[in-house]
Amino acid sequence: MAFRIEIGLRSGLRDPRGVAAAARARAVLGLAVKRCQTRDIYEVMVDLPAKKQREVMRAFTDPVAVRSALGRLPPPTFDWMVEIGFKPGVTDNVARTASSLVADVIDRALSREEAVIARVQYFFTGGGLTRADVEAVAWNLLANRLIQTADIFTAGEWASNPVEVRPAPVPEKTRLDLRVFDLSGSDDDLMRISREGTLSLSLDEMRAIRDFYQRPDTRAKRTAAGLPPWPTDLELECLAQTWSEHCKHKIFAAEVVYRDEQGREQVIDSLYKTFIKAATAEVAKSRDWLVSVFTDNAGVIRFNEQFHLVYKVETHNSPSALDPYGGSITGIVGVNRDPMGTGMGSELLFNTWGYCLGSPFYQGDFPEGLMHPRRIRDGVHHGVIDGGNQSGIPWVRGFERFDDRFIGKPLVFCGTVGRLPVTLGGKPSEKKSIRPGDRVVMVGGRIGKDGIHGATFSSEALHQESPAQAVQIGDPITQRKMYEFLMEARDLGLYRAITDNGAGGLSSSIGEMCQFSGGAELELIRAPLKYPGLQPWEIFLSEAQERMSLAVPPENMKDLRDLARRRDVDISDLGEFTDDGFLTVYYDTVLVGQLPLRFLHDGCPRLRLEATWTPPCVSAPRRGRKADYTGTLLKLLAGLNVCSREYLARRYDGEVKGLSVIKPFVGRRADVPSDATVCRVVHHDHAGVVIAEGINPFYSDLDTYAMTASVIDEAVRRIVSAGGRPDTIAGLDNFCWPDPVLSPSTPDGAYKMAQLVRANQALYDVCTAMRVPLISGKDSMKNDTQRGGRKISIPPTLLFSALGRIDDVRRATTLSFKRPGDVIYVFGMTHDELGASEYVRLLAATQGNPAAVGGALPGLDPAGAMDDYQALHEAMREGLIAGSHTPTLGGLAAGLALCALAGDLGAEVDLGAAAGDLREEDALLFSESNRRFILTCPPDRAGALEAHFRGRPLFRVGTVRDDDQVHVVGVKGKPVVACELARLRKAFRGTLWGI
Amino acid sequence: MQPPVLIITGYGLNCEAESRYAWERAGAKADLMHVNDVIARPDRIHRFGALMFIGGFSFGDHMTSGHVFAHKLRHHLRDELGAFVQEGGLILGVCNGFQIMTKLGLVPAVDGDYFKPSVSLLQNDCGSFQNFWVRVRFESESPCIFTRGLTAMDLPIRHGEGKLFPKDNAILDALEQQGCVPCRYVDPATGEPTREFPHNPNGSVNAIAGLCDPTGRIFGLMPHPEAFLFPEQHPLAEFRTREADPAAHGDGLLIFQNAVRHLNEA
Repeated sequence: MAFRIEIGLRSGLRDPRGVAAAARARAVLGLAVKRCQTRDIYEVMVDLPAKKQREVMRAFTDPVAVRSALGRLPPPTFDWMVEIGFKPGVTDNVARTASSLVADVIDRALSREEAVIARVQYFFTGGGLTRADVEAVAWNLLANRLIQTADIFTAGEWASNPVEVRPAPVPEKTRLDLRVFDLSGSDDDLMRISREGTLSLSLDEMRAIRDFYQRPDTRAKRTAAGLPPWPTDLELECLAQTWSEHCKHKIFAAEVVYRDEQGREQVIDSLYKTFIKAATAEVAKSRDWLVSVFTDNAGVIRFNEQFHLVYKVETHNSPSALDPYGGSITGIVGVNRDPMGTGMGSELLFNTWGYCLGSPFYQGDFPEGLMHPRRIRDGVHHGVIDGGNQSGIPWVRGFERFDDRFIGKPLVFCGTVGRLPVTLGGKPSEKKSIRPGDRVVMVGGRIGKDGIHGATFSSEALHQESPAQAVQIGDPITQRKMYEFLMEARDLGLYRAITDNGAGGLSSSIGEMCQFSGGAELELIRAPLKYPGLQPWEIFLSEAQERMSLAVPPENMKDLRDLARRRDVDISDLGEFTDDGFLTVYYDTVLVGQLPLRFLHDGCPRLRLEATWTPPCVSAPRRGRKADYTGTLLKLLAGLNVCSREYLARRYDGEVKGLSVIKPFVGRRADVPSDATVCRVVHHDHAGVVIAEGINPFYSDLDTYAMTASVIDEAVRRIVSAGGRPDTIAGLDNFCWPDPVLSPSTPDGAYKMAQLVRANQALYDVCTAMRVPLISGKDSMKNDTQRGGRKISIPPTLLFSALGRIDDVRRATTLSFKRPGDVIYVFGMTHDELGASEYVRLLAATQGNPAAVGGALPGLDPAGAMDDYQALHEAMREGLIAGSHTPTLGGLAAGLALCALAGDLGAEVDLGAAAGDLREEDALLFSESNRRFILTCPPDRAGALEAHFRGRPLFRVGTVRDDDQVHVVGVKGKPVVACELARLRKAFRGTLWGI
Repeated sequence: MQPPVLIITGYGLNCEAESRYAWERAGAKADLMHVNDVIARPDRIHRFGALMFIGGFSFGDHMTSGHVFAHKLRHHLRDELGAFVQEGGLILGVCNGFQIMTKLGLVPAVDGDYFKPSVSLLQNDCGSFQNFWVRVRFESESPCIFTRGLTAMDLPIRHGEGKLFPKDNAILDALEQQGCVPCRYVDPATGEPTREFPHNPNGSVNAIAGLCDPTGRIFGLMPHPEAFLFPEQHPLAEFRTREADPAAHGDGLLIFQNAVRHLNEA
């Protein structure tokens, strides 16, 4: 008999979960909720005698803080109660923990038929609350319809409702239902098959598959093997996964016909090969620390004699739009598996995150089925906080950018830096090999329908029918257990190769791995399932989380199994690697699919895409002239893209592992974002890594070439500003684009494709000139939403993440003004480059035409810039620099304000000294020109600093004051900003405080 | 002489690397062992002079932090842990490790009543996990071995459930009287204990940041001494002249040094 346990806090104790729910119901929905109290409910589907039931209950109970009961605990007085639970089959991490507690009490593992279900009850009081109000609370604040259930009761209904324990689900035996897709029909038939199966295969691709199956040699081989002539569901699904944009990067591999603004035509044979790979190949001639780039799950560079550094950044956009919490926790826990599956497996050191979202204050209407950006933001932060904190991996960088075009698809970037010993077992750790006969081993949890079609789904626009099962929920603790197990197995040399199971599940991980040996043969019935009823293709494609795939020499299987048992980790032997050139799949000894690796990996027809660049005509706002820009500066500091994100960032653990030196927030009050983060890599070594990023989707409205150049420069400058060595910087490119393929639903595809070409041209030009190699990257190419007849496309966005080395972390530099009397310099030229700047977007919005962001974008001479950065780096090594800051959004004015806030010291500044040819006050203050720093220097080193920079654009502009006044004089020698720190701080911190 | 210390790992505990480094830098020899391996051969713990329950998120903090891990220990290791305490061994718990120790009843264990939980650590008053630095004052009248001779230091906190809550006032009085409160959150401006956020990050009663047993050998605290081993980890280090002195260390190391000194003297 199943039984129910209810647990509530002892009366009089504060219930923060209830307090938060009541506060949000009042603030977000405007409801008169007086109070909310919560309870935890567990339904234990295990047949136990009454005595054992009580023992389980006691084990669930903290004797100091809570009361509990078998069956029903008398409820508090309430008007409405909402009971929230997960839908069957959805990962429930709390229930998983409760199950292991039950197992401990009864000294045996739970059987497949046994389970624990966890729910939370919210008891609300508040006069006048209607059922509709409570439904709004349930569905808009507490639960997500896609994955959760919410039952609503009045006090009377609850009292008369019998204590209900749902009967344990009766397992049904899976009946093999192998479907075969006849592709002999018309083009319309082919496309119907693609659409109905969420395969996202184009007509060309469907035709290529048809043609392959029609070949006489294919037919003969299939007849001999006993397979039907046309593809089985497993084969077609596997092809669709492997050929998805998500896995195959078809747009970056396409042949592109590019026409520039003068009509000159250029045929580009793959953006990836022509620009990204070629840039790194060029840079590799003068950088000897590249170890493994673009070939593995993450990029690998040498750090020192002992360790390599590994870095990967991913996006998890579509799932986060549907379920912000589950989507984003899966994003962070998922990207952890990339370094974990790189080389022979890396140790995980640091996480990075960044989100592009709609404004949390958005008040316009948004298409049905989407969530309000505030709810998306809350959920995304919460997911990445839980994922990172519970994994014990500190965050080191985080950013947010806001634009209402991200309402349709939020961008959720998650990255992980890892550490890989240079050699393992005497062999280079970055090399993988697999021999025929090695076992195919899946490590990690059971398989359900989680995330089926994740890869194909993320390769298309979000629409009303986007599949709910495309959402997974990551479980950091299960993964942490697996990670520790894998690190032990790695050090014991138990496996020969490792990779992660991400998009496409086994079909993708084994499909890729078996290329090392030349084939694989799997028996899917050996895969552990969460519940019966899964067809072989579903087992093969499931994106159930926390799984990795290994190639294990047969003689090591015993030791591996033994270690897995002791570490409480599931492993399953699914078959063996072969060298017959085929991926062969059985289910209960029935052959359900066989694909030649050559066709699987090389059979996808290439796209040919049109790209036409026409510079956009964007009008500019009226800039006007003011005598005083203090108000403008305050507005810019309060702007969503500049203001402090500290309130939520404090909820992320940034210090676990004890390696952090310059943290994400710095300054006297630790409330100003650092230019870059500096960390040790190992405790006993003072050498460290510097981590930063550049991103600016706004510039894309004018030109993606300048956008790309600027974000690379920003990331590089940030690294240098914190003390990183300019000759050790490596970059990662993450492209998030709207669909750039010309089609009836994307009539401006050729323009969007041209934007992509120009971004890639800049990537090549700047990275080669700066000698910054690209070591890893990813693209997400369908960031559009089509709902209710409305299409919303994101602005083209490139996140450029960078890593650099610092020889001694104790000499790292921050932006803060350090001491009164320090001399302030601007290093670098300021130009009238206000196009799409924070300032111009503020003006445009104020003037009622937010799209009027025209103006010049920042230019860049990358080779010259790098020369300046090298000079700055040498000045730092000589101890001439007290503080260094990279001004970006909001220009010099915002930059000076941040330096002052961080130091809690005022400043007397004459920016006229740095104006050069500029005559406009606003340009001098707010222009976002590249290649600039704000530097400070102790007065006794000023002479040496000026001598060091002779011949370079170094301008002495002022001194740090010993009070709280910030005074800035402009082009005409007159004060243009005068403000005390308290007002600056209030503006900077106020906007997102408490949100 | 490098006294042996055992750091117990597994199920989401995650501060093993910096904790090991802290003990080793303090002069101990630190071994990591998965809790399942400890359970398989529990007698091995007697080879060690000190045990450490490290920070982390054992079992995801589900069903309240430390609860499930504590149950595991109680179920499988109660006798061995009890014997270890009686032998005079040291136990240190940090953050989740401290939560585990309170749920197990290892602290405060007033009147030497181990394994009977008398306090709990509840969700922070602010309602969420927080990571920032606080100032902690050490109470000289406490018998705590780990904090002997220390007056105050800054340390980072990183927790969602750190609000100390005693079962009743009698317990609170007893643990105060028996010197079971070696450290409290203080307002840096006054040096006095406070219940105000952020200096008291969770609303803990009597500003209690950590507890020991009446012998002073069993000690747990919410702030992380193992996260302050280098001077430059301090948030204000950027304003200080940075010495390249290899002996320079963060204040957190002092707690480990106290323990190692005790082990060497014992």
